[in-house]
Amino acid sequence: MPYKILEKARLNSVVWKIKVHAPTPAKAARAGQFIILRIDEKGERIPLTISDADPAKGVLTIIFQEAGKTTKKMAAMKAGDSFADVFGPLGKATHFGKIGKVVLVAGGVGIAEILPVAQYAKTCGNFVATIIGARTKELLILEDELKKWSDRLIVTTDDGSYGTKALVTGPLKELLEKEKFGLCYCVGPDIMMKFVAETTRPFGLKTFVSLDANMVDATGMCGTCRVTVGGKTRFTCVDGPEFDAHLVDWDEFLKRQKRFVDEEKASLAAFGEQHKECMHKV
Amino acid sequence: MTKIKMREQDPAERVKNFNEVAMGLSEEDAVAEAKRCLQCKKALCMSGCPVEIDIPAFIKDIVEGKYEKALFKIREKNSLPAVCGRVCPQEDQCEKACVLSKKGAPIGIGYLERFVADWELKKKREYVAHTDLPKESPAHKKHAHGKKVAVIGSGPAGLTCAGDLANMGYDVTVFESLHKPGGVLMYGIPEFRLPKAIVEAEMNYVKHIGVKLEVNFLAGKTGTIDELREQGFKAFFVGIGAGLPYFLGVEGENLNGIYSANEFLTRTNLMKAYLFPEYDTPIRVGERVGVVGAGNVAMDSARCALRLGAKEVSIIYRRSEQEMPARREEIIRAKEEGIRFELLTNPTKFFGDEKGWVKGAELLRNELGAPDASGRRRPVPIKGSEFRMKLDTVIIAVGQGSNPLLPATLPDLKVTDDGTIVCNDDLMTSIPGVFAGGDIVTGAATVISAMGMGKKAARSIDKYLMS
Repeated sequence: MPYKILEKARLNSVVWKIKVHAPTPAKAARAGQFIILRIDEKGERIPLTISDADPAKGVLTIIFQEAGKTTKKMAAMKAGDSFADVFGPLGKATHFGKIGKVVLVAGGVGIAEILPVAQYAKTCGNFVATIIGARTKELLILEDELKKWSDRLIVTTDDGSYGTKALVTGPLKELLEKEKFGLCYCVGPDIMMKFVAETTRPFGLKTFVSLDANMVDATGMCGTCRVTVGGKTRFTCVDGPEFDAHLVDWDEFLKRQKRFVDEEKASLAAFGEQHKECMHKV
Repeated sequence: MTKIKMREQDPAERVKNFNEVAMGLSEEDAVAEAKRCLQCKKALCMSGCPVEIDIPAFIKDIVEGKYEKALFKIREKNSLPAVCGRVCPQEDQCEKACVLSKKGAPIGIGYLERFVADWELKKKREYVAHTDLPKESPAHKKHAHGKKVAVIGSGPAGLTCAGDLANMGYDVTVFESLHKPGGVLMYGIPEFRLPKAIVEAEMNYVKHIGVKLEVNFLAGKTGTIDELREQGFKAFFVGIGAGLPYFLGVEGENLNGIYSANEFLTRTNLMKAYLFPEYDTPIRVGERVGVVGAGNVAMDSARCALRLGAKEVSIIYRRSEQEMPARREEIIRAKEEGIRFELLTNPTKFFGDEKGWVKGAELLRNELGAPDASGRRRPVPIKGSEFRMKLDTVIIAVGQGSNPLLPATLPDLKVTDDGTIVCNDDLMTSIPGVFAGGDIVTGAATVISAMGMGKKAARSIDKYLMS
């Protein structure tokens, strides 16, 4: 089997890091791109951001949060196990280049997705300010890694257990009031990205978000990941996942994200009945 | 005597399952049908076949009870007989050209093709052990040249091209973006019309004759044509199909519960969402389903929706029954299953609830005006004919365009305004050594026309590589 899990490590109670052997995608992967993963013959195809790629070793690093049935099953897998399919890299690569000063904002498991962007931004020669937030200290990941690629790092928690007690939008607004930035890039929960877009809008700051939409083929064939951007229908899989946050129809996007919510709950519940050990509290 | 009838699952029963509707011919019926063939010296039927199967010869073999020989006769030209026997529009091709069709009773050529292909599958030959294939099998031709050819896309065009090239002795690798090969045969055409086990068996045959397969490879993303050149591939066949779903471009089309036919069928067929939650991919089908369009894809979608539990399914089509592009056979089956037809009707807007779920459509009635570019009479909206339909699921099946993903990575590749790839008479594109065929060249068409082009491209590639 080609797509073997080489390493697996826990980053917090619900987030895992895996290294998977996938030589062809690892060779072509760029920051901002994602893969489609399918666990087994009966599995669904889910998109996951590529956190890191080692083309020489043919290894992809994927960081994921346990949420639905598929990610719960992934969490229960061990080094040595294999996935049926790893397909990619997909989506357009990050390509903003040298802007000057950029501010990166990430929340929750989105912090894992901002890491390759930070690396890219820094490598391009930008001044990088990074704001990362989590509900509570225990859920905060990759702080040290991000420090390496950021000129300034601000950490927030909702409950104040670590860093500044705030949502990421608080420090973001303060920063923008004091200094001029050329670009904002945000990855995180849908609602957070929407509010980051609203925070930067009055400043006229160009803002990109990386959307995580439900997908099937992820090659532009099915259109399930469609999103309205600037009044036009776009496919997240091939036109994205990065879009101009100020042009995204957030109301429609947030509603579309709920289209299989009942089925996902039912699927997870059925899985939980058989695998109680996997169903610890999130 | 008339063309033989094939047994079908009873409509009331079959709407409750995904099993194949048309059940095939018994041996007795097949032989009787084959005996009706006049064995014309100048076989008109062959002129109607895009892949030039020697039809009278294989029918004669059936009369003589030599089914395996009949199958090899077909396989000389067509590596997917079990598929073509099922989904080819024979009524517009070989059977239309049959001398007996003048009397309204053409030979059931498609049925007979299916019969011999199924006969072999029933024997459970799995095309794994080379040794159990008889000598006259094309698989025993040696790899004479061994030059590497890459085939992009494993649908009907790609598989045919790959099969023919392998038989000529080339070292062929097929690159497929999905996790399973077969293209539209796998993701598009439903189980009840083309069982996936049949597609897999045909695929195994193509592998057996030496074709290599790499799935999860999206040309242009996972690797480029240039990178494949560096790996030693000397020629390319691009058969990536018509994969881009068209939408209507009307208000409310992104409401939840509105699917492209591609999405609806891919979830159902490739991902087996009809077996959810045993299979992980979900699909949601409401009680009242509207399918916009009236081609084969629309019929497939409507009939899938019924099997997924919808109470009322309507085909919504802007022209009249006469202009419907679907195969006659499929329209009849859809009607038997209780699909409603809202003809001369066009949705102008979809409306939904506060949570973003579609609740219905606003539609206009049409009348037919003067013929348009397609030769069919143009639908003209009737003023003041607006009405509403309650719907909780909508499937848009108004055609597919070309996926621009691969062409966009090849700046030297000439494409039309529609995004189809421009080819010369030999099916070579504007890039030397890169050939193309199937829907990516013609726009959405049939399985067999794609296969015909795959075949032609194989000959052109051979000519190109041997010169």
